[in-house]
Amino acid sequence: MEKNILIVGVGGQGTLLASVLLGNLALMKDYDVKLSEVHGMSQRGGDVVTHVKISDTTVASPLIEKGEADIIIAFEKLEAYRWLPYLRKGGAMYVNEQEIIPMPVVLGQVDYPEDIDDALAKAASTLVKFDALALAEEAGSSKAVNVVLLGAASKALPFTQDEWMEVIEKNVKPKFIELNKEAFAKGQAV
Amino acid sequence: MKRIMLGNEAFARGAWEAGVKVVSSYPGTPSTEVTETLAKCGDEVHVEWAPNEKVGVEVAVGASIGGARALSCMKHVGLNVAADPFFTAAYNGVTGGLVVLVADDNGCHSSQNEQDSRYHGRGAGVPILEPADPTECKDYMKLAFDMSEKYDTVVLMRSNTRISHSRGIVEEDERVEHDVIPYEKNFRKYVAMPAMARVNHVKQEQRLAQIVEDAHNIAVGVPLGSDDITAAVEGYPLNKEELNDPEIGIVTSGICYQYVKEALPNASVFKLGLVNPLPLQDIAAFAKKVNKLYVIEEGNPFLEEQIRAAGIPVHGGKELFTIQGEYSANMIRKAFGIELPEGETDSTDAPGRPPLLCAGCPHKGLFYVLSKLKTTVMGDIGCYTLAALAPTNAIDTTMCMGASIGMEHGFEKATGSSKNLVAVLGDSTFIHSGITGLVNMVYNEAKGTVIILDNRITGMTGHQQNPASGKNAKGEPAPALDIYTLCRAIGVRNVFEIDPFDVKELEQLIKEETERDELSVIITKRPCAMIVKQPGVPNVITDKCKNCRQCMKVGCPAIAMKDGRPYIIRESCVGCGLCTRVCPFDAIESTARGAGKEDK
Repeated sequence: MEKNILIVGVGGQGTLLASVLLGNLALMKDYDVKLSEVHGMSQRGGDVVTHVKISDTTVASPLIEKGEADIIIAFEKLEAYRWLPYLRKGGAMYVNEQEIIPMPVVLGQVDYPEDIDDALAKAASTLVKFDALALAEEAGSSKAVNVVLLGAASKALPFTQDEWMEVIEKNVKPKFIELNKEAFAKGQAV
Repeated sequence: MKRIMLGNEAFARGAWEAGVKVVSSYPGTPSTEVTETLAKCGDEVHVEWAPNEKVGVEVAVGASIGGARALSCMKHVGLNVAADPFFTAAYNGVTGGLVVLVADDNGCHSSQNEQDSRYHGRGAGVPILEPADPTECKDYMKLAFDMSEKYDTVVLMRSNTRISHSRGIVEEDERVEHDVIPYEKNFRKYVAMPAMARVNHVKQEQRLAQIVEDAHNIAVGVPLGSDDITAAVEGYPLNKEELNDPEIGIVTSGICYQYVKEALPNASVFKLGLVNPLPLQDIAAFAKKVNKLYVIEEGNPFLEEQIRAAGIPVHGGKELFTIQGEYSANMIRKAFGIELPEGETDSTDAPGRPPLLCAGCPHKGLFYVLSKLKTTVMGDIGCYTLAALAPTNAIDTTMCMGASIGMEHGFEKATGSSKNLVAVLGDSTFIHSGITGLVNMVYNEAKGTVIILDNRITGMTGHQQNPASGKNAKGEPAPALDIYTLCRAIGVRNVFEIDPFDVKELEQLIKEETERDELSVIITKRPCAMIVKQPGVPNVITDKCKNCRQCMKVGCPAIAMKDGRPYIIRESCVGCGLCTRVCPFDAIESTARGAGKEDK
């Protein structure tokens, strides 16, 4: 069993919690796991990516390379598009439809690509694209986008419902556990 | 117990288990979390943020002489600041174990250069350890303290972004307390006068020679000195020879080892954990066992040049691999002619997403004004460097911590004018290396204007406390340096404090002070938008908008264009109100007032 999961988004969107949950799930199952993430300057609204590599043998490099991602979880549409070359043939994508306009587009220097939806549909064997932000808000907080997306992607991951619930309970502040469980369920129902 | 740990958390865990007692560091990506993690430990460790890396290392050296195990952490460029104490401490050796951790930034993720700190370690003459995953980060740290005490040497722990900021599974052990070694005066060891230094230099060379001799038998994960490595059930060799297919033999270390294992799983590998001094005899023996020897290392040809100089034939090194940036398994596959999976999709037309100053950032007010006045701005290191990008384009130079002040002074002396010229730096950067520059301006009769952006925190590295923030590294109350009083005490006559969101008054003040033929300091005071609660009520652009686009010049991530007109992105707006202050037509209002029609 090997799963390469790329989590992409914009600095400040909460991509880090998603990867921490995945890492801890892998640990619970006695898989090897490596994660690689972005800190520092890029976090200020720049594009951010976390690599998650899970294996029942050994993970060497913490980086997923082009054409190697089984799953891409995208917190923003343009970022889904940017990382598309990393998706392997037959890979799955879970995309939050939110658009966060980058400054070069705001300033009119470049255009926001129009055909993102087509490109995603063409490249991904499984494409689940939905308004994760709205579902997170329904669950009680826009910050739960990460867990909504994990709920959607959980179908493609080798973890049971109980394991997901356990990892949420162990890694989320007590007063937000219920909210996150609800967010997860909403993602699962997509 | 097993836990997922960030490389930096594993370094911290290793230091804690090794019984470290004193930690003094200055934050710098990608090293910061080591000290942050240790700050969360109990009272068994004294952890502090020093005002800069030089002070941090000096504190650690003092603690070592005082008999405790001590650690100082920094990013690569921080080691330049600390180089002065580092190079001499390297002669003198230690009492309590002393480790300096340096994290390089191959690929410039968050730095101004890709400096290869291994040269500092070699130049200073200290052993350098380089781990390749979080488990090794922890194990090597413990070994480093043992080696420091056994060989009477400072040890340099070398990391980089990919090692420090990758996570993996690490097994936790217990902390082993090390009693503080009673102090005995030893001026021949610790007073670096020429007569002593000459002797200590000889000793330093001898200990490096001893380490090379012992390298073959140094094991990780067991107490140092269990010479029979085969007896070490749990341990593994610091330098590891992995013999597989003899056709290709690779000498490598750190993160490159992982890329090699992924790209060339059948190759023979000599993995170095000790990258200085190099065990050249062992490498020569490995070279004889393989047909073609390659050296794979990010950065400069540090290993390769030494291996070649020792007369060991190297089939491929930097002629195959770049000095710039990070490596990857694919880069290695490509160099060895292994086919890569063809990318299905090309997304190179995706617009870039450069980082930018946050919505509500206090710096935005200042850079809006400086941009408007077309001021020449000597910039510095911090979030505000981002103001160099569009739309403000309000930074002319950035070099190193505190440099803005000296550079402004030199620029004024060269051009003969300080008109419409300022230096800009943050509170933490000013304390780090700006104060001496300001003393120089007073002393040498500068006429320029220095703007200190006091946002009450060290922002870019993730909000660490500093001497002006009123809290210490553990978050406890601490004396707060008064920057205003300090500037007055240095001898600056014109010192002003102002809220950078009072843009009209700020504009007037900057105009007056840059015109004035005297040195001035302007302190812009407003806390970082990420440490104080923002109003949270979004603003909205109303019908009064004349589409002058003045609000766009703030460079706020919450204001975008749609159908040729600016609008406020509701989810992104924190309600700071800066845009309401720059709009000449009062066309931006808070939604709290319920006025105006809302944009979508």
